[in-house]
Amino acid sequence: MATAPLSVAELPLSSTDAADILQVRHLSKRFGAHIVLRDIDFSISRGDVICIIGASGSGKSTLLRCIDHLEPPTAGSILYRGQPVGGEHFQVDRYRAKVGMVFQSFNLFANMNVLKNCMAGPVHVLHASREQARAQALTYLKKVGMAAYQNARPDQLSGGQKQRVAIARALCMHPDILLFDEPTSALDPQMVGEVLAVMRQLAAEGMTMAVVTHEMQFAREVSSRVLFMQDGIIAEDGTPQQIFEHPKNPHTRTFLQRFVHR
Amino acid sequence: MDTPQTFFGWIALLWDQYGLIFLKGAGIAVYLAAAGTALGTLIGLLAGVGTAVPIDVDTPLPQKVLLRLVRGLVALYVWIFRGTPMMVQAMVIFYGASAVFSWDLDPLAAGLFIVSVNTGAYMAETVRGGIQAVDPGQLEGAQAIGMSHFQAMRLVILPQALRAIIPQIGNYLVSNIKDTSVLSVITVGELFYLARSAAGTYLRYFEVFFITCLIYLALTTAATLLLRLIEKKLAGPRAYALVEDPGA
Repeated sequence: MATAPLSVAELPLSSTDAADILQVRHLSKRFGAHIVLRDIDFSISRGDVICIIGASGSGKSTLLRCIDHLEPPTAGSILYRGQPVGGEHFQVDRYRAKVGMVFQSFNLFANMNVLKNCMAGPVHVLHASREQARAQALTYLKKVGMAAYQNARPDQLSGGQKQRVAIARALCMHPDILLFDEPTSALDPQMVGEVLAVMRQLAAEGMTMAVVTHEMQFAREVSSRVLFMQDGIIAEDGTPQQIFEHPKNPHTRTFLQRFVHR
Repeated sequence: MDTPQTFFGWIALLWDQYGLIFLKGAGIAVYLAAAGTALGTLIGLLAGVGTAVPIDVDTPLPQKVLLRLVRGLVALYVWIFRGTPMMVQAMVIFYGASAVFSWDLDPLAAGLFIVSVNTGAYMAETVRGGIQAVDPGQLEGAQAIGMSHFQAMRLVILPQALRAIIPQIGNYLVSNIKDTSVLSVITVGELFYLARSAAGTYLRYFEVFFITCLIYLALTTAATLLLRLIEKKLAGPRAYALVEDPGA
């Protein structure tokens, strides 16, 4: 890519688990009396494409939001490159600058056009120059096929276009890992494909991704690992072949059957 | 000098004699209303943003104490200034300063202060509401790319909140143009104050206040039209141009 490196210092790699970007350790989350996540334990290594599947209300989105520290966990911990996420000396802004998040509802800045949406992070968070941020924004907008719309405001775009801009905005931060929270769930069926195509391309280029999704075809074809969640726990964890062809857990089987027969 | 026989005769005479004075009074009313609304908006923004800073489990204790203090002070401020008439506030502040601190305030400066803090009290609530009305996803979107709370406020939330509350700011401006008349109680030489002394000279209350009424109406109409124009400008163009060959 024709972009100069931006000036955020890499956090030190931990000596033990160099390949693990994120480690989730015994994570629990409670909203009042309602337990959403129980004792979640898994790691994400460089280049992983992890799809998190499961019924609505199984805790998938909450897990992703805990990873981005949008929800503080009730118990357990998350380690990013060996450093704890959260706590007294944790710099949440610097962490989020390295961990990209793509939302179901896009969350593009309504007061900025497409180009400015993509420049805001590099300019104000990474302190890149305007020219540099602009050139880079255009590179990524081109990549997602949205460069022609650089002057449009978010409310002038379709859902699929908004989501592609949101992905470009996340890419402009040069994230270590991208988290996708049901990126196609708010889209019309004909727009799902254009967003999934961009995500397939990112996966093929080696981007580390964690994707909460109901797109089983995508999970099956693109992911390196699939987590099936049920009632706040990871009920099954394996390769797409294992999960989709030989599910061990009866809940996984029931869940997947529902998708096949729909 | 002949005494006019008709209503319009009186209007003509009074305008001839006091026209400039009326216009000067109108100028002062506009100045107090415009500057007061601007300063009040600034106060409201500070108060509204100050109370919108979230307090959660990660907030360090000193910051927590400070934020609670800010919230308490803003609540007290809003309670007092929204809960008492501006005319009474003017009396208490103007004569209180003189009686308690022996400060002789300039009536115009005191008037501006009173309009500002009064508008600020209402505006604090308006801004808080405006911030809350912005989709929470906007804040999350900003946080997700590493913006601090204040960056998110400045770059994303406040521009949207401000646009939403512009009609409300317009309301305050129009109200303030009229309400500056109560500052006549502390001898601020605005339109109402000058009209009253003019009316006293000829004892023609109806004619003088009829003129005054028209001037106020002209001022508030102009303010309303100006605000419409600003709103329209801020809404931005409905169309956008596709960039055919986006060179990167």
